[in-house]
Amino acid sequence: MKVRTYADYLAAGETPEILFWVGCAGSFDQRAQRVTKAFAKILDYAGVKFAVLGNEESCTGDPAKRAGNEFLFQMQASNNIAVLNGYGVKKIVATCPHCFNTIKNEYPELGGNYEVLHHTQFLQSLINEGRLKIKGGFYKGKKITYHDSCYLGRGNGVYEAPREVIAAMEADLVEMKTCRSKGMCCGAGGAQVFKESEKGKKEINTARIEQAIETGAKVVASNCPFCMIMLQDGIKACGKENDMKVIDIAELIAKAEDLID
Amino acid sequence: MQYLSQILFILILGAGVYFFYRSINRIIRNIKLGKDIDLSDNKAKRWKNMLRFAVGQGKMTKIKPIAGILHVFVYLGFVLINIEVLEIIIDGIAGTHRVFRPVLGGLYDFSIAFFEILGLLVIISCIIFLFRRNAMKIYRFQSPELKGWPFFDANVILVVEIVLMVALIVMNAADRSFQADASMPVSSFLYPMFENMSDSSAHLWVQAAWWFHFVGILWFLNYVPYSKHLHIILAFPNTYYTNLDPKAKFKNNELVSNEVKAMMDTSFTPPTVENPRFGVKDVEDLTWKNLLDAYSCTECGRCTSVCPANTTGKLLSPRKVMMDTRDRLEEVGKIRDGVLPEPEQPKDLHTYITKEELLACTTCNACVEVCPININPMDIIVNMRQYLVMEESAAPQEWNMMFSNIENNGAPWQFAQSERANWAIDLENESKKDEN
Repeated sequence: MKVRTYADYLAAGETPEILFWVGCAGSFDQRAQRVTKAFAKILDYAGVKFAVLGNEESCTGDPAKRAGNEFLFQMQASNNIAVLNGYGVKKIVATCPHCFNTIKNEYPELGGNYEVLHHTQFLQSLINEGRLKIKGGFYKGKKITYHDSCYLGRGNGVYEAPREVIAAMEADLVEMKTCRSKGMCCGAGGAQVFKESEKGKKEINTARIEQAIETGAKVVASNCPFCMIMLQDGIKACGKENDMKVIDIAELIAKAEDLID
Repeated sequence: MQYLSQILFILILGAGVYFFYRSINRIIRNIKLGKDIDLSDNKAKRWKNMLRFAVGQGKMTKIKPIAGILHVFVYLGFVLINIEVLEIIIDGIAGTHRVFRPVLGGLYDFSIAFFEILGLLVIISCIIFLFRRNAMKIYRFQSPELKGWPFFDANVILVVEIVLMVALIVMNAADRSFQADASMPVSSFLYPMFENMSDSSAHLWVQAAWWFHFVGILWFLNYVPYSKHLHIILAFPNTYYTNLDPKAKFKNNELVSNEVKAMMDTSFTPPTVENPRFGVKDVEDLTWKNLLDAYSCTECGRCTSVCPANTTGKLLSPRKVMMDTRDRLEEVGKIRDGVLPEPEQPKDLHTYITKEELLACTTCNACVEVCPININPMDIIVNMRQYLVMEESAAPQEWNMMFSNIENNGAPWQFAQSERANWAIDLENESKKDEN
């Protein structure tokens, strides 16, 4: 399959349905790249005309802002907004809840107004509209636990969309001790993932993964590339690499539909 | 003699109300030291929030059901029994006794009976609360920031509430008119105490309990502004002014917006700002809503008990952030009023809240979500962090590397921007391989 940029579409005199905002992790982190590819395959499979910005995409500025560097954030934001507005982008789907939150909530005041969805919300709408037909598949009856990322869950109140996507695969969703609005953080947010944590008794990702272990599920479904990094590290720290895996919701769907191995 | 007690009553009432008024004015003045922020929008939604969270205690029973229900008892007891204060004031000024009783008749006795049951529930709840705080090893009540005054403060509140309720019940028990024709559900158990007493002695008991209750309430009214218990008043405005945006939305710093705009558009001249400050150095750099939050906090510690940094042993405690903000604000207010001298060493909010605490926040919003009255410790943390990074250049080395990566490559890691879409090329090659 061929991934087309917004410029490709415009050159062909076409307008894509959505802009897929890949994000830095989705572009560069090897593990998150697999999520990016899985989501692109689903879009292709469902016949969604999607564009990417390619090399014109740049960090939304989220980590800079959370770390307190407002100047760098706003520089990134205004550059990105110039690119997005230049193409006349209307609808954006992001596979990272941090990018999603920043573009959706913090760009409008700086001149960037778009309809912004997280990929789990978009997947849900594809299923609801019948554009993506999911009937059970690989994860049918399998135990899955779902980790709410803070920026999608508490931060933006999206709790049900990812769960409905999991339900569409007829998987056996088991909740952790803390979930939804009470869901525990993975430890990555607030730019923590870019530095060592402060002195303490335990790492946050280990504490969170212990809750996942308690459920007995072999799959921890996630919706965020940074949660994915943290939780996978937590699994390693608990010596459970052979027992559990962190898998993004997009990958679950792609696997259920036989689009990836 | 009768007039003398009425005059005494009016003097005590006047003094109590006057000193309370002064305290409240001082608190309002301190809150207004904060930066202005316009929260006058969306009134319907704001009233709804106040009804749901403050009046309806919407979060209390959800977060910790047992403590929550006990809290609802104390809250209802406090609000409803205080209807009786209206009668106390009229009786005290006019020299009457139970002025509403002839007017309301049966309804009056029913109300008093109902108040007695509530009063008993308040007493039971407060005893359980005292037990939880002092005997049970609940970390929320033992953590370091509660040592000393805050711990004592909590016990004072509980003991005073118990004593006030006991006075009310004793007052009813000693009242011959109740003994004669009404059986009160709680105070009737105390009748034996007064059975063999002369009418005048019993009346003295009623008078004593009545005065005790009245003076007690006024003392408590004047204690509250100095105590964590201020939430009984400020919970209402604080929930009204709850942030209505999605929780993960951080405000954009306008000062920075103007600078960036001026860089992008040379024709734009940013408005001149005297002593521009990025982020929060001291309490005056916070918004008045942050300061209202600090005064509204009752130090229950639900925030800290769900903070992922705190529960894994880091120094950060959102409750401490709120307590420190209030302490510093009180200090700044006292310096302004000349009550405290200017400190020899310059102090600010960062003297209270250290860098180690500020850097540990994952901005997960758990503290904001859990607070029964929607206090936002995270907003204070991230804006103080902004000061550390932008004004003090005190970011950890790893963050500085992340910043320069974003600046140079448009990603927080050291990858070339030109390789950003390599995954798409991979995908194309992979699918070609599949086809062959």
